[in-house]
Amino acid sequence: MAVSPAPELDQALGRRLELHPQVALRPEPFGALAYHYGNRRLIFLRHPDIVRVVRELGEYPTLEEALEGCGIDRSRWRSFVSALQSLESSEVIRER
Amino acid sequence: MSAESLVSQMKFGLDAPICLTWELTYACNLQCVHCLSSSGQRDERELSTAEAKRVLDELRDLQVFYINIGGGEPMVRRDFFELVEYAIDNRIGVKFSTNGAFIDAARAKQLAAMDYLDIQISIDGADAATNDAVRGEGSYAMARRAMDHLASAGFGPFKISVVVTRQNVDQLDDFKAIADSYGAQLRVTRLRPSGRGADTWHQLHPTAQQQHQIYRWLLAHGENVLTGDSFFHLNALGESLPGLNMCGAGRVVCLIDPIGDVYACPFVIHDEFRAGSVRDSGGFAKVWKESELFRSLREPDNPGACGSCGNYDSCQGGCMAAKFFTGLPLDGPDPECVTGFGESQLMKVPVGIAPKPAMDHSKPVLLTRKR
Repeated sequence: MAVSPAPELDQALGRRLELHPQVALRPEPFGALAYHYGNRRLIFLRHPDIVRVVRELGEYPTLEEALEGCGIDRSRWRSFVSALQSLESSEVIRER
Repeated sequence: MSAESLVSQMKFGLDAPICLTWELTYACNLQCVHCLSSSGQRDERELSTAEAKRVLDELRDLQVFYINIGGGEPMVRRDFFELVEYAIDNRIGVKFSTNGAFIDAARAKQLAAMDYLDIQISIDGADAATNDAVRGEGSYAMARRAMDHLASAGFGPFKISVVVTRQNVDQLDDFKAIADSYGAQLRVTRLRPSGRGADTWHQLHPTAQQQHQIYRWLLAHGENVLTGDSFFHLNALGESLPGLNMCGAGRVVCLIDPIGDVYACPFVIHDEFRAGSVRDSGGFAKVWKESELFRSLREPDNPGACGSCGNYDSCQGGCMAAKFFTGLPLDGPDPECVTGFGESQLMKVPVGIAPKPAMDHSKPVLLTRKR
């Protein structure tokens, strides 16, 4: 996984994101299944923590506060930012 | 979590199916020789509109994102649009398979106005002669008319569904061209010896050489052609085809038949693979979560006779339905195993020993009446 330099991480943490309104999440033992009703894509969220963050993103002013609020340890933020980037490219989440 | 461990997780089963097929009726205007559900005549025990809506309520509560509706010909049901609209209103997307007989200009417009709806029109030949030999006289023209109507109504990218047979394997490029001409998506799936297909599989299934041809063609077209992940038995030939590469029966896939019986997959309508009924107390959810059959299918695979073959990780021993209805043991090679193990096993299966499908709704053969 590419480690983004600090300024990029800061920029990412300041973003305002939300679960895409056309996406439904279904809890599963491994995390959750996300289904996009628009593009008909099925996406796997492979950890309960990422599911929680994705679900609650929209309720926090920034991504940083969402990660704090969901109790995600700072050492895991980089990997969360990268996971969220890929979820944004598959339109599971989007900019508010 | 790596892709591999995700697949092994899925083998233990999901809280609800990802891919649920619901055959709405056994009634059909066609009599395709390979029909996997031996459809033709309506079954009088068919689920009523109210019962069907109760099942949809359950699927909504289980968060089944979409369902694949088939038959028979699902549009034969008078409440077809009512049920499709009910599903969509409950955020259950619908993809339905049809032979196109009932899609005229007005129906096409009605369908084009609906969200979360996909349509799959079946043809099994890229020309009338090849198609009609399998699906019946006039069925090619009928399907193409339906496609024309959908295109003029601005439906968008519908799907064209093809079962690959010995006769049409050379037409794969032609099917792709037809799909492209409509801006449609091509879906090709594997012929199973299920339903009436049990009687015709030996003549229709692709030869060993054609299996290679299909594999190369699918590899070249990648994700642009849908397959329902049905060709994973070919992965033993080398690089894996796109898809999950596992049998999803009872794990991520199941079938609800027209009378509400729940089977492990659309290709195994037989008592041995019947998990229960949506009419049982506890409904579909209880069948999915607690049936003994589904629990056993979620146990780790037993490679059986295939364990000593180096290809097992690639092909997973192939398709359960293909083995079952050709009379082969489930813990051995697929009848179309690319190493040829299946073919040699097939030769040892005594005539008449292969299990027969549970039900036959074929229309009676019309005999010429003596005056």
